[in-house]
Amino acid sequence: MNIDSIKNGTVIDHIPAGRGMKLYNLLGLDRLDCPVAIIKNANSSAMGRKDIIKIDADIPVNLDIIGYVAPNVTINIIRDGVLCEKKSIGLPTTLRNVIRCKNPRCITSTEQELDHVFRLENAEERVYRCVYCDTKASAEEAEGKKG
Amino acid sequence: MRHLIDIQDLSVSDIGELIATANDIIENPKKYSEACRGKKLATLFFEPSTRTRLSFEAAMYELGGNVLGFSEAQSSSASKGESVADTAKVVSCYADIIAMRHPKEGAPLVASLNSTVPVINAGDGGHFHPTQTLADLLTVQREKGGFENLTVGFCGDLKFGRTVHSLISALARYPGLKVVLISPEELKLPSYVKSEVLKPAGIEYVQTTSLEEYMPQLDILYMTRVQRERFFNEEDYLRLKDSYILTPDRLKNAKDDLAIMHPLPRVNEISVEIDKDPRACYFKQVLNGKYIRMALILMLLRDAGTI
Repeated sequence: MNIDSIKNGTVIDHIPAGRGMKLYNLLGLDRLDCPVAIIKNANSSAMGRKDIIKIDADIPVNLDIIGYVAPNVTINIIRDGVLCEKKSIGLPTTLRNVIRCKNPRCITSTEQELDHVFRLENAEERVYRCVYCDTKASAEEAEGKKG
Repeated sequence: MRHLIDIQDLSVSDIGELIATANDIIENPKKYSEACRGKKLATLFFEPSTRTRLSFEAAMYELGGNVLGFSEAQSSSASKGESVADTAKVVSCYADIIAMRHPKEGAPLVASLNSTVPVINAGDGGHFHPTQTLADLLTVQREKGGFENLTVGFCGDLKFGRTVHSLISALARYPGLKVVLISPEELKLPSYVKSEVLKPAGIEYVQTTSLEEYMPQLDILYMTRVQRERFFNEEDYLRLKDSYILTPDRLKNAKDDLAIMHPLPRVNEISVEIDKDPRACYFKQVLNGKYIRMALILMLLRDAGTI
């Protein structure tokens, strides 16, 4: 794989430096058999340092996870070696099976088949609440634990 | 399909409509005695709660309907490992409306997402209990004539007392509310209720450990029980359970038209001598609970096109 260019796939750019591996793990990229590159601490005129992930295969990525971990990233979709779509994503309004509710009194603690669903309550402070029991999860604290 | 899971599912206008219907039921019970004839309410009580279950059952019988269900998880398929989602799908085939109590928070929401008939949350652990809040609101309206410009004292367990959180957020939608929070340090109102309900609505509030300090200003005194089941540590429960006991002596500076409320059951927070005081409203709350549940069953069945 040539790290500079990929043929068909996705480039996740402008990941805050240090969060690239977290994103790699949460997206389950270790389970892919296609080439995946993580570039850490790349120079960035806007951010100083940034991480970049390049996935050299046309596979869908979970935008909720990306938006949750690093809402200011840029997603570049590459087709036939050409940048065909560039999109920014913000904080997702709903998270489904991205984080898990830690409240032992929540129905999700006993009914294993239920999706763990959180809704965005406060975008400024990046606060989510479990839709079942209203337990709060802040993006920052969950990131620390997931990383 | 419309359900009632959280009191916030109801708009101010919905609450006004429910209260108007409940008051009409109180005035004209015969008019409603056949309103739900041939319809069935399923009471799915995965944990015991005699008074709430009986209130729902009495409400449905007074509307001319029928009731089926169970009063503890051991007598349901949950004891065989059936999920809440499956229980809701199955019971939807038998009943026209469901009232569910469950020890796990969010279980009635799961039921509502899988049910083809309306689901009413009859209490999910320490989370929501919207029909208690409706009973409280009907009582406030009947005792005070409305919800505006009231000074309401909440006393006792303000930390785990879900009825308190729920009633505060329901009353916060009306202008002129002032709140007095009376509790021991350990059972103070959680900061999120202050930051997410009281502060955004611009509601004036004070916190105190004294039951008497603000008594002369109160229009309503809402007493609560320190609930043993909400504590992990028995020692903490025993230390805090008798923090506030309302006696005639403590009421000597209270207004003549104070309304004393309590979601019941009480243990010893209100002395039995107060029962004879015309300001005691807690047994009226029980009765109002039945009438507002009748109004709610009617509203949900009408919305569903069942009646």
